[in-house]
Amino acid sequence: MAMSKAEMNVNFMGARKPLGILSIALVVISVVLLVTRGLNLGLDFTGGTTIVVKSPVDVELSQTRADLSEAGFGDAVVQHYGSPKEVNIRVAPKDSVDADKIGYVVFDALKAENSDLELLKVEFVGPQVGDELRDESGTAMLLALGLMMLYVWFRFSNKFGVATVVALFHDVIVVLGLFSLLQWPFDLTVLAAVLALIGYSLNDSIVVADRIRDEFRNTRETDPEAIINGAVNQTLTRTINTSLTTLLVLVALFFFGGEVMKAFSEALIVGVLVGTYSSIYVVTNILFMMKVTKEDFLIPEPEELDETP
Amino acid sequence: MTRYPRWKFFLLLTALIVCGLYALPNLYPDAPAIQISHAEAGGEVTDVARQRVLGALDDAGLNHGPGETVGTSLLVRLDDTEAQLRAREIAANLLGDNYVVALNLAATTPQWLRAVGASPMNLGLDLRGGVHFLLQVDMDDVVTSRMEAWAGNAKLTLRDAGVRYRSVAVDGTTITATFADQVAADAARAPLRRALDNFAMKPAGDSPEVVLTLNDSALKEMQDYAVDQNRTALNKRVNELGVAEAVVQRQGSDRIVVQLPGIQDASQARRILGRTATLEFRLVDNSVSSARLRTGVAPPGLEFFPFKGQEGRIVALSKSKIATGDQVIDARMGFDQQNGSPEVNVTLDGDGAKRMQRITGKNVGNPMGVLFIETKTDVQKTTDADGNTVDKMVSTTDKYVINVATIQDTLGSRFRITGLDNPAEASELALLLRAGSLAAPVSIVEERTVGPSLGAENIEAGLKSMALGLVLVLIFMVVWYKVFGLVANVALLGNLVIIVGIMSLIPGATLTLPGIAGIVLTVGMAVDANVLIFERVKEDLRRGLKPLQAIEEGYGKAFTTILDANITTLIVAVILFAAGTGSVQGFAVTLFIGILTSMFTSIIGTRAMVEMIYGRGARAPAKLSI
Repeated sequence: MAMSKAEMNVNFMGARKPLGILSIALVVISVVLLVTRGLNLGLDFTGGTTIVVKSPVDVELSQTRADLSEAGFGDAVVQHYGSPKEVNIRVAPKDSVDADKIGYVVFDALKAENSDLELLKVEFVGPQVGDELRDESGTAMLLALGLMMLYVWFRFSNKFGVATVVALFHDVIVVLGLFSLLQWPFDLTVLAAVLALIGYSLNDSIVVADRIRDEFRNTRETDPEAIINGAVNQTLTRTINTSLTTLLVLVALFFFGGEVMKAFSEALIVGVLVGTYSSIYVVTNILFMMKVTKEDFLIPEPEELDETP
Repeated sequence: MTRYPRWKFFLLLTALIVCGLYALPNLYPDAPAIQISHAEAGGEVTDVARQRVLGALDDAGLNHGPGETVGTSLLVRLDDTEAQLRAREIAANLLGDNYVVALNLAATTPQWLRAVGASPMNLGLDLRGGVHFLLQVDMDDVVTSRMEAWAGNAKLTLRDAGVRYRSVAVDGTTITATFADQVAADAARAPLRRALDNFAMKPAGDSPEVVLTLNDSALKEMQDYAVDQNRTALNKRVNELGVAEAVVQRQGSDRIVVQLPGIQDASQARRILGRTATLEFRLVDNSVSSARLRTGVAPPGLEFFPFKGQEGRIVALSKSKIATGDQVIDARMGFDQQNGSPEVNVTLDGDGAKRMQRITGKNVGNPMGVLFIETKTDVQKTTDADGNTVDKMVSTTDKYVINVATIQDTLGSRFRITGLDNPAEASELALLLRAGSLAAPVSIVEERTVGPSLGAENIEAGLKSMALGLVLVLIFMVVWYKVFGLVANVALLGNLVIIVGIMSLIPGATLTLPGIAGIVLTVGMAVDANVLIFERVKEDLRRGLKPLQAIEEGYGKAFTTILDANITTLIVAVILFAAGTGSVQGFAVTLFIGILTSMFTSIIGTRAMVEMIYGRGARAPAKLSI
């Protein structure tokens, strides 16, 4: 716990350039992945049927697959769901069966082979609803980003606003990129996590940016690099501690929250890590890129700005 | 010495006590129970029925509660879910059709808590098990069938006014009446305008016709009416299913959400909800030759339909409807007093009765047919002009005549349908009419069923992860911030109590699994405010400030930053609530509440405690344990 001792001075800005390049690379790769591979959209967005069944004994997935192809559902995606006794089966809409009855047809087919099966969950989302949820979710994400930008614009003016917003987009894009790379399922719950991340990431960046601004105003130091480095150091314990407490609960959710919460906590764990990194490096790199100087802070208070037409 | 305002202490204590009180009922787990209510709305459970049920449960050797009256229904508590299932079967067999027996969970909240209106949180379907349906109302069908009714109305009006017309055609929301000459068209205008007052009439042109277009407001009203009518009908059906605490709600312009908590057999629910059958009463035209009937091509103004259960029998019905299923306000099965055959006694609403009276009055001795219409809706993939695959709702409708009877006398609001095969058929027809036929076909566009065991697993998983996360954070805070960490921890626990209290207090708030995640996340993020404050205090101490000054400064400086942090998350929570559905909204709700309460506890709450510890002594403290 040596970190809590005062006068910490890590030279963060030394690694600024290579990490800046890394960030750019990550964002570019993520965008490419999102465009080429896309997200592994969950049932909520694609429509279709998912059923979860439970058996008193361990289930051989190959057997389940065989049973299913016999029943005409050869294209079903079969996975264990949390435990070897529970199986998750995802079926795409089929022409020969009423879309909303597929779940029961599949379950009946499986039950014919194994009469002890218990139906834990059936989810059917019509294609139309799926499309709508996808559109609405996209809108929600853009709206959240838009409102955050608006908030930042009120909160800071000029370069700091740009820096925090860039960090925000960086985090969201990298997390989505990872979901694309690993093809983790992306459903409504994950969307909720990504939106929560938007709030979290911005908050993290604002704390750092706030302090940098304070330092610029209050210090006699004139070298921007030294000022920024000092500010990052001063907020470092806070940055790390907050991330740590959030990570602690997320890890608990990941291990004990069950299958539904797994993807949710994955998204946020990655998000918190990336968000912590970006609030230190992305924010500062952008500030350097825009050549922030002490003069930027000699401007009058925002209230007076409001009176200009 | 800093003096902390007294009213803040008072506010804190009040909040904690009130929320703690309302959070208490959540500690008492729900008990399985059966709920017995009279099949007729407003009917009460008689003492005789009550004694019989309790007696039968005793005979079956089931432990049960004394049976308490909740509203107009009777709630009997049982030991476990197995006993609950058996008890329902026993009670249902015993009481028959007059009563509805449903599975329910009885709150075990003590009387003194109930007296102040405290009750446990509502649990979402993902936590308690149950079925969620989203039903789409087929609006095209509504419009088509209502427009046809209006067209029929227009013809009647013209006939009554003695104006001869060539044809009355419907196209979308437009009715075009064509006449032999301009004189007839002009004569038709006034009566048509009166009869179809929610239509806009096109000014007279060269051709001898009257063109009426439905007003937009009337169209919207019609759609609203159809959705509401469907909602009411579905509500009644859900009641027939015997589901306690079911939710039937309109969502958006043309959808209806049905949530059936605790339902074990989703397929039965689907069957009953999905029935989109309706009835129409029409005049039968017996003058059509059987050769003509066989061709299947009906003469103008008539339609041919098969007769149910009689292969090859075709009935010719007039196109205009005397009354439709949605005008039926009551239907009961009964038996003919003379020959004992089953019948259904129908009561029509005012409009239906008026039409029925007028038309049957003119047609005594003629036969009237009851047309049964069942619509199935499917989603089909089609390719649009751009080559994209689009999903389109396609309805297929089965129509057949179930009954033809001779009109004996002028019928009013009450009349009976005879000629039914057996009592079962009569009773089914009565139920269908009574529960309200759906005004428009519906299709299930989303379904989420969670088995009761998975629900229990979800609760356990949620609680476990919350407990673990909480313990980890508590330990971290004490190790890192010592006494101040302890203070933050007390505030965090208080925060949890307040969140649960508020969730229990808000009647519409529902706890879902993502909702629990929201609370867990709040636990992680709530201490952020304290981390910010404490780090500031530490910094100020390092800068050489005196302890009490450092506290004052730390809280002051950290405040704007905390506000920033929380406002961004609040904005996100609002967006999530607006855009999300069901369980995700649950996340938004707990996140929103959690953020607000955590600001309260981690700023005001910890400050008060810090003042209690360091601010009360006669001398200012020399050191802070931070």
